[in-house]
Amino acid sequence: MSTTCAVYRRTASGGGMCALLLAGLLLAGCERPPMASTQQGYRGLGMVQVTDPRLPQPANNAVPAPLPHAQIAPGSPLAGDTFKNVQVLKDVPSAEFARLMVAMTTWVAPQQGCTYCHAGSDLASDALYTKVVARRMLQMTRHINSDWGKHVGTTGVTCFSCHRGKNVPEYIWFKDPGPAHPSMTAGNRAGQNAPSPVVRLAALPNDPFTTFLQDPTEIRVVQEVALRQDGSMGPSIKNTEQTYGLMMNITQALGVNCTFCHNSRSFFDWDQSTPQRATAWYGIRLVRDLNMNFLMPLHAVFPPNRLGPTGDSPKLDCATCHQGVHKPLNGVSMVGDYPELRGAAPAPAN
Amino acid sequence: MAEYQNIFTSVQIRGPAYAGVPLTGGSWVRQGKPRFVHWLGTFGDAQLGPIYLGFTGIASLFFGFVAFEIIGLNMLASVNWNFIEFVRQLPWLALEPPAPATGLHIPALNQGGWWLMAGFFMTTSVILWWVRMYRRARALGMGTHVAWAFAAAIWLMLVLGFIRPLLMGHWSEAVPFGIFPHLDWTAAFSIRYGNLFYCPFHMLSIAFLYGSTLLFAMHGATILAVSRFGGDREIEQIVDRGTAAERAALFWRWTMGFNATVESIHRWAWWFAVLCPLVGGIGILLSGTVVDNWYLWSVKHGVAPMYPAIFHVTPPTMDGVPQ
Repeated sequence: MSTTCAVYRRTASGGGMCALLLAGLLLAGCERPPMASTQQGYRGLGMVQVTDPRLPQPANNAVPAPLPHAQIAPGSPLAGDTFKNVQVLKDVPSAEFARLMVAMTTWVAPQQGCTYCHAGSDLASDALYTKVVARRMLQMTRHINSDWGKHVGTTGVTCFSCHRGKNVPEYIWFKDPGPAHPSMTAGNRAGQNAPSPVVRLAALPNDPFTTFLQDPTEIRVVQEVALRQDGSMGPSIKNTEQTYGLMMNITQALGVNCTFCHNSRSFFDWDQSTPQRATAWYGIRLVRDLNMNFLMPLHAVFPPNRLGPTGDSPKLDCATCHQGVHKPLNGVSMVGDYPELRGAAPAPAN
Repeated sequence: MAEYQNIFTSVQIRGPAYAGVPLTGGSWVRQGKPRFVHWLGTFGDAQLGPIYLGFTGIASLFFGFVAFEIIGLNMLASVNWNFIEFVRQLPWLALEPPAPATGLHIPALNQGGWWLMAGFFMTTSVILWWVRMYRRARALGMGTHVAWAFAAAIWLMLVLGFIRPLLMGHWSEAVPFGIFPHLDWTAAFSIRYGNLFYCPFHMLSIAFLYGSTLLFAMHGATILAVSRFGGDREIEQIVDRGTAAERAALFWRWTMGFNATVESIHRWAWWFAVLCPLVGGIGILLSGTVVDNWYLWSVKHGVAPMYPAIFHVTPPTMDGVPQ
């Protein structure tokens, strides 16, 4: 009898060890408490941002010091008069223009220098595609700062907002080419059901970019009536999953959770949403505008190595500028030091 | 002397192999020679077999196998027949219902046709298993309570995968076959219909779900607690005074004033378990067919409380931004 009991005890301790090991394995992917939570809305409604204070802060958010301003005397020559083939920044004083060119080099091509865009000593030449793209991107930057104040406010953007010292911004997207060897007879993934980082490893539709940030697909799926009104079904569950995928992507791009914008008891209701939801709403339209009117028309200008697997232009999403924080560069405004990037109709001052 | 009183069974009761009561005429025979397995004895009866499969059992296993294969092979095809990727990605893989444009038509195999077939085979399998359960209960002279409890679960399954899609006019409304995908579907369903937590049938379903676990814990604990007096033979003791069963009843009468009886506690448990999928299915069936936004429905009927507005967000419009 005593032998049996000893066996039982050993079995029990072995079982205990197994249980501990299993619990350890199950919890291995978790972040340990305590989490930091910041209340945003009315108390008790779960309107909080939950963050792990031990996670490293997103990198790349150090803002370069502004270059010293050039001394501009009244009546000093303008770039359009001094240089040949200046199309966007004609009305900028030449000295300020040169300062911006230096800044742009450090923002976009610090390794390659001027010759990344300029062909040899002929600064006026448009021989390199990078110069044509840079000109269009300057127009885009001014367009964002002058016409999209509802998203960028007075903080504005510069080339550095997205480029961060790289020729090509780190976060861009191309149309998803789909599986490499799709079977025609079985195994259709229907654009979802894969561990895609785009939707934070959910099984949701994993190309929300093409669906929503290129095509103006309706994002809102919840109907604002209690009872079904007519014969139409309204948005389908599959539409809802697509929207859900986009929202997952946005939370990742901004480093936030759902309640940064929404009260999750009624996602659709503007009266219970935070002001950030309206900002994000304009942001989505901004990204569509930039993709449709700036990036996609550059298709013919880009060399093949800059195009995606299906031959499409590189395009923007929220992460291109936000890079994991809800205020890009933690809210530091650089455009104040480079007012020529404000564009034709400057946003109202603070 | 070991006692039969632990939360884990420390004693195995093992009699001679028993084939069961004689079968009525017209039935198939029970198959397999009974065996005894020690490990089975640690958490149940140590005797394994014989089993009665019968026609419906074999047909059910066949249809179930076909459904399982259609789903599994489609998942394998979706990772280009790569077994390693199949194992790695299994939680994400799915057999997806057709696109919304399909309506209720029969789509091509790879555009949802496989899904439709898998659903047909799975449903047939489950219903055949139900028939088998019903008939086995009858053959033993039992009531058919187990079959009807199972039917409650089948109701919810049919609502999700067949009846509601039929009423909506789209196969695309149904649930995908997949581990994460069906969970994402569930979350999307709640979002689409304005938050299912505001659906009263969902509320009831949750109450019955949690209630079931509470009742199960109370009943299981009570019987185990009196098993040292033979309380596990509860049915034999149901009408007698001074038994372990009466002691169990007295425990609850002293604790909360009211006690179920040894018989009625099983009605409580049965109804809670059955009502959980039954009312849940009603909630799903009404979503999209009758109610389009459960939150607004709740506001309309005074269920959802209002909280002080502090943000005052103006809904954005395209006025003043580039078109």
